[in-house]
Amino acid sequence: MTFNPIEVRKDFPIFTRTIRDGKRLVYLDSGATAQKPQSVIDAEVDFYRLHNAAAHRGAHQLAEEATDLFEGARAKVAAFIGAAVDEVVFTKSATESLNLVAYAMGNAPVGNRFHLSTGDEIVVSQMEHHANLIPWQQLAARTGAVLRWFDVTPEGRLDLSQIPQLITDRTKVVALTHQSNVLGTINPLSEIVAAAHAVGAVVVLDACQSVPHMKVDVTELDIDFLAFSGHKTVGPTGVGVMWGRSALLEELPPFLTGGSMIADVSMTTATWAPAPAKFEAGVPNMAQAIGLGAAVDYLSAIGMDVIAQHEHALTQDLLAKLLDINEVAVVGPLNMGNRGGAISFTVAGIHPHDLGQFLDSQGIAVRTGHHCAWPLTRSLGVPATTRASLYLYNSVEDNDALIDGVKSAMRYFK
Amino acid sequence: MNLDTLYQEVILDHYKNPLNKKLSPTFDAQVHHINPSCGDEITLNLTAVDGVITAITWDGVGCSISQASVSIASDLLVGKSFEQAEAISDDFVELMQSKGKKVGDEAVLEDAVALAGVSQYPARIKCALLGWMAIKDASIQAQTK
Repeated sequence: MTFNPIEVRKDFPIFTRTIRDGKRLVYLDSGATAQKPQSVIDAEVDFYRLHNAAAHRGAHQLAEEATDLFEGARAKVAAFIGAAVDEVVFTKSATESLNLVAYAMGNAPVGNRFHLSTGDEIVVSQMEHHANLIPWQQLAARTGAVLRWFDVTPEGRLDLSQIPQLITDRTKVVALTHQSNVLGTINPLSEIVAAAHAVGAVVVLDACQSVPHMKVDVTELDIDFLAFSGHKTVGPTGVGVMWGRSALLEELPPFLTGGSMIADVSMTTATWAPAPAKFEAGVPNMAQAIGLGAAVDYLSAIGMDVIAQHEHALTQDLLAKLLDINEVAVVGPLNMGNRGGAISFTVAGIHPHDLGQFLDSQGIAVRTGHHCAWPLTRSLGVPATTRASLYLYNSVEDNDALIDGVKSAMRYFK
Repeated sequence: MNLDTLYQEVILDHYKNPLNKKLSPTFDAQVHHINPSCGDEITLNLTAVDGVITAITWDGVGCSISQASVSIASDLLVGKSFEQAEAISDDFVELMQSKGKKVGDEAVLEDAVALAGVSQYPARIKCALLGWMAIKDASIQAQTK
């Protein structure tokens, strides 16, 4: 069966509604959040309708069903990213996942491999989303470690020539985005991972923009921690994933403490349950995790390679059409090698906010602003951009609608 | 909703030819305001003599709504006492929060009534208020100098 985005759209109920007085919804903002197929909505609703109880607690049938569904979702997610089941921790968001790793490291006592102090270094890049910058920046500030970063080349790539200066015996953590939410750049990891492991550092990957869009296998990537969000992966809001190698999860101290993450408790002491429970204090976000299980089932049934190919072709088409307009400048790689489907651009003479507003009046949803990557947009000298981000339900017609919209906006704001 | 209610001619005119968009070398108060949700930034200088605002100059980057709004305010509020300026500013904030139910008093707000349409676009209200909040902040600082 050949892949047809128009057919795929039928799985997503939101596309039956119209926007701004009857216009077709052209949704080009999946980089912010993806739309949901009916199967995900059903999974979440069915949990509340039929199976709701607190997982891992209670001696009754509903509690058993809730536990089975919740742990079943964990197994699905683990298979989806090539991980062992006990290495998958559910959080409320990717932002929480990254903060979990950073705060847990901050809790590490002297002698623990994650302990940080003056003289240690944390390496990030200038293209990080605030969610993979600020937790490390603040961890450095709390521990006395030094934050260092890869620069971004004018083309929007990491400057890999900096590896020998940046990744040294002092490096403890290398935290990088897999795919930039602004530039669309997919970062090559093997050289960086090898350099980090050679000096005993761990690699934390922000995979929010890659896991929803291509096959990501944590074993193949040889990384140490990974974070992604449910809602960008056609799943519900309120659920994220933190994956870590099991040996590392064993040594990493907990972040949040409380119910169900303990082995034993007295009035003055506590010991921890093994991962993943150690990192999941409190009654978990069961309905959302189960919805995420349905989401990865949905994506797997289509095939991540098929989705990646579709997005690749669509990105190539949109880039070419945007670059045909003289007033448009694309912020990010123009070359399709290692490039995903987030395209940021500016239009001479039109502020992105005004362009976004005009496009909205045509039923076209895009993101405008600094995309939570302020240091990046500032370094590129563009205070704000307009971003179109593509997904499996987008089509060439959507690209053409955007191009028409940009041209109409140029006439409107002339 | 018609986009023309948002982008009135007078707004686009101010956007293309903003008033007072050149920072004065002297001032009683200088402020720098940022809209963290979109990245718009403004630096604004305010001068006052005997409780009357005598000059407002500014520089910054932003969308047509934020740039036109500060252009209009930097013209409208000069020659007004701090009390008058505050009252006008309060009227403008009320207009922005009216969800399209108010048109604004042109005798008080002059060109600023052209921004009435912004109140129907909740995401843009902060754009329109950026310059006004900067002026309010600068006025307080100039008065406590």
